[in-house]
Amino acid sequence: MRKAKLKLSERILRALTWAAAFLTASVLVFIVGFIFIKGLPYLKPSLFAWNYNSENVSLMPALISTVYMTFLSLLAAVPLGVFSAIFLTEYSKRGNKFVALVRVTAETLSGIPSIVYGLFGMLFFVNFLKWRYSVLAGAFTLSIMILPLILRSTEEAIIAVPDNLREGAFGLGAGRLRTVFKIVLPSAAPGIFAGIILAIGRIAGETAALIYTAGTVAQFSVNPMESARTLSVHMYALSNEGLHTGEGYATAIVLLLLVILINAASAWAAKRIGVKK
Amino acid sequence: MKNWKESIMRAVFFLSAAASILAVALICLFLLANGLPAIGKIGPFAFLLGKDWSPADVPPSFGILPMIVGSLYITAGSVIIGVPVGIFTAVFMSHVCPPKLYKFIKPGVDLLAGIPSVVYGFFGMAVILPLSGNSILSACILLGIMILPTVITISESALRAAPEQYYEGALALGAGHYRSVFSVVLPAAKSGILASVILGVGRAIGETMAVIMVAGNQPRVPSSVFQGARTLTANIVMEMAYAADLHREALIATGVVLFVFIMIINLSFSALKRKEK
Repeated sequence: MRKAKLKLSERILRALTWAAAFLTASVLVFIVGFIFIKGLPYLKPSLFAWNYNSENVSLMPALISTVYMTFLSLLAAVPLGVFSAIFLTEYSKRGNKFVALVRVTAETLSGIPSIVYGLFGMLFFVNFLKWRYSVLAGAFTLSIMILPLILRSTEEAIIAVPDNLREGAFGLGAGRLRTVFKIVLPSAAPGIFAGIILAIGRIAGETAALIYTAGTVAQFSVNPMESARTLSVHMYALSNEGLHTGEGYATAIVLLLLVILINAASAWAAKRIGVKK
Repeated sequence: MKNWKESIMRAVFFLSAAASILAVALICLFLLANGLPAIGKIGPFAFLLGKDWSPADVPPSFGILPMIVGSLYITAGSVIIGVPVGIFTAVFMSHVCPPKLYKFIKPGVDLLAGIPSVVYGFFGMAVILPLSGNSILSACILLGIMILPTVITISESALRAAPEQYYEGALALGAGHYRSVFSVVLPAAKSGILASVILGVGRAIGETMAVIMVAGNQPRVPSSVFQGARTLTANIVMEMAYAADLHREALIATGVVLFVFIMIINLSFSALKRKEK
């Protein structure tokens, strides 16, 4: 009697576990499949024309703006993030008050939602510094948003570098700085790289932080003080106008492919850390 | 010469580390300086507990209770939908899944995490809206899907971190595979799983773009899940484009309220992590 009951609970739990996994997998397949089916018919060459107009609703300017925005954000965030991680791991003592404060604030930054970053970027970069809606204001807002991501991944990669490498460098007479740049950073590079790739993914998918900082102008401009829209903002604008939803799905395909590429690159880099160990 | 270089770079590293602190300080300063005066002018009670949001009326009224309630309902609903599926899927991935299947499921969950909010929004508009309309229910379903990867990834690593002996001990006592996992391993991993839920709550309450595309966004206190509702985040994004004067300040103050919610979530998350150590 008791044995039969045990078997029943076992069977129920097994069914629930498999059902949940099946549900998760089918949701993913459904979303990706749906986007591809709706978007593929609209994935025409005119969608990749160099100039945007209301006829072709080209995504090319938005694609270039996304790359430009990503480049500028990384330019600001990567040195800051990597240098802070170097300070936290190589230049500070355990239990230091300053270090504890840096960690708490970095954790706070990683929890702030993108719309709050958008508000701050609007108040600080757009209004206070009078940059107006510009790629630069958007890029700086995003660089604060991705700072904790780069900081944490660099820190983890540096901690994973074995101590005997450092000792070897010191033993050969290298100073602390030389050891960091010639020994520690090169060994930690794949981990740092993986973090940067994840940051690129966040930038490409961001909308709420950009609408009121970089604006929604559909043309690309080399001048970073001009407004421009990234791919995600472009998609949102298309859905808001409601006239070109099909092109919106086609843009979604481009974004999805970008995310798949980014995830594969990040997994590849992360695997290389494992090899180093 | 060498010492000189060392101390300059040390200062550079130190200043970079200070960037996180500076960023949090600036965000707090600019949000509070621009949002608090409005709360003062409107009156804290009229603002936080007022049921009427009609910025265009003469005189206007700025009560954000509908948005606070809307955010809480939608967050709670998405947790109810997303957390059970997420935890069961995490159990599947850590203790059930055959390695061959894992190779597909893991990148799948990563892809789910990388899909931009706007793409989820497009999916929601086309697939969920025909079923349940612009409503709280639609927003909960969509957000429930969106928090899945957060819950799954963190719960899975918590389940994997639980000592293997617990599971073996339960097996030796005669419990089946699933019973051992659910009654012994799961309780051992409970603080990590709770952390995943808290992060999921943070993601749900801060989500903006996907929510405004399916939630209906009516600024009134909802009385059923089939009615539309507006979240704090939606309030900011939808009206900031044309708001001026007190209306604009009231929107920034809405951001302050959202920020306070996020800080409470962050604090409980770090308190949980400290307890774990």
